[in-house]
Amino acid sequence: MADILVYSDSIGTAKELAYKGREFAAGLGMGISAAALGANADADAAQLGAFGADRVFVSKDAALEGLQTDVVADALAQIAKEADAAYVMIGSTRRGKELAGRLAQKLGAGAVTDVNSVSAENGELVAARFAFGGATVARETVGTDVKVFAVMPKAFEIEDVAAGTGTVVTPALSLTPSPVKLVETKAKEGAAVNLDAADRLVCIGRGLNAKEDLPMVETFCAALRAELGCTKSLCDWEWLAENRLVGLSGTKTKPSLYVSLGISGQVQHTVGISSSKIIVAVNKDDKALIFNHADYGIVGDIYAVLPALTEAVKGK
Amino acid sequence: MKIIVPVKTNPDLQMVRIKNRQPVLEAVPYKLGDLDKNAVEAALQLQAAAGDTQVIALTLAEGNRKIKDTMKEALAMGADEAYIVTDDALVGADQAGKALAIAKAIEMIGGADVIIFGEGSTDNYSGQVGPRVAELLGAPEIGYAKKLTPGGAGIQAERSMGDAIEVLEAPFPVVITVTSEINEPRIPSLMNIMKAGKKPSTDWSLADLGLDAAAVAPKNNVLSNLAEEQERKNIMLEGDVNAQVAALIDALTREGVLEA
Repeated sequence: MADILVYSDSIGTAKELAYKGREFAAGLGMGISAAALGANADADAAQLGAFGADRVFVSKDAALEGLQTDVVADALAQIAKEADAAYVMIGSTRRGKELAGRLAQKLGAGAVTDVNSVSAENGELVAARFAFGGATVARETVGTDVKVFAVMPKAFEIEDVAAGTGTVVTPALSLTPSPVKLVETKAKEGAAVNLDAADRLVCIGRGLNAKEDLPMVETFCAALRAELGCTKSLCDWEWLAENRLVGLSGTKTKPSLYVSLGISGQVQHTVGISSSKIIVAVNKDDKALIFNHADYGIVGDIYAVLPALTEAVKGK
Repeated sequence: MKIIVPVKTNPDLQMVRIKNRQPVLEAVPYKLGDLDKNAVEAALQLQAAAGDTQVIALTLAEGNRKIKDTMKEALAMGADEAYIVTDDALVGADQAGKALAIAKAIEMIGGADVIIFGEGSTDNYSGQVGPRVAELLGAPEIGYAKKLTPGGAGIQAERSMGDAIEVLEAPFPVVITVTSEINEPRIPSLMNIMKAGKKPSTDWSLADLGLDAAAVAPKNNVLSNLAEEQERKNIMLEGDVNAQVAALIDALTREGVLEA
């Protein structure tokens, strides 16, 4: 029986893939396996079993240290063969996206990366992703025997988990260490920012007149208990760090509430917010594109609106 | 050192209009991708740092009929030489076919020590072609580099992954993909634009690479590619600031995204 094989270097994403993969596998009459690789493989395997995988392929081979793309691709290609995988679903994290291309090439497979939704239609899986910089959504199937999908974190929601266990399989892998060596790992400057997990998100754009005015926005975020993100201009001007960038070249977010402040609404930004439950936009230009993407719009200068809004959201 | 920069030219996305949910590409000019310019700049900076280095720009024409003009920009920036693969069969090719053509062209050029891609193309952003080419060439790869320095027997790269920065080292040959943080691409001077026309440029077809249309046939099937339907409420809140804010709080509370 063919399988759907799932893997991500992020255990949170791997669990989403195992959970939803199980549903797809049942519909297609396939089995569901997962791969757990590297130092944390044993702990990850237990979780992947609990979240839906029938079989978990575990390897702590020394060559996997640092999870270099060439070695992980090699390991997954061997596991895909042993699992008789028809689909390999990878988390489209930075490492995962890089891995998808290399693995697909190794398997002679077609691949779709940055997939934000998957549906089962006529006995096969259809992947949807943004194209033309976010202006359109391309829906694609893959025609090769093995199909590789790299699925965005949080594309799949975990609902009720019927606790399973999953059989641990220890494949005999033949791996060679990568010529790429990790010389050093450095902590990033500034506090860790996790925009893709934010339940409430505020983004600031070119409507902010000066870097010195950022505290006004930060005070609003604190009152709303929201994370702060921004558009590319603010990163280019170095007003905010790159880990706050939301959109095409930054984070794709999925908050329940998103508030846009002084943002024009180019697709390069809106591609990162389109999965929000509720979108609020404040912009002084009543023709700003952002209002087409908003559930609720306020035409007004952020300098006039924010003080009142900050007071009003306290404790809400 | 020898550096090959495979670049993609794509429709200018600022000029793409949507009509009946379809992207309208007619009369939209092609330009060198944004991240592709970062890749060319990264190669030129390595050339300056290491000395005695040749920088070659390589491209597949895909649908770009004015490819020579577009590639002049890479030469004007400072690339020493250009290779252009033009073939109608490439228009429908997907990442697998394009990667194969690029890998074959790199072999025909005689290989390289460093191959630098942008982390993704401006239009499709799949990020597949760099890793696929690395696999085809049997070379290691370092994705998402934001700093490159020549060092030891190869190259050192810094990249930002999750909440940490990794410093990696790889021997030659190596495939690198770069992010927009790595540099600010230079704007060519008029003098260099004039000189670009005199730099060597080689034209190949797929047949020159020993490939045919079947070899680059797409593996993926695009069912549709349409602008998303708007499903937002588009409710504008009227009145003075206090009235707008009050109406917003009321609406967000009813939506269940603010606590009462």
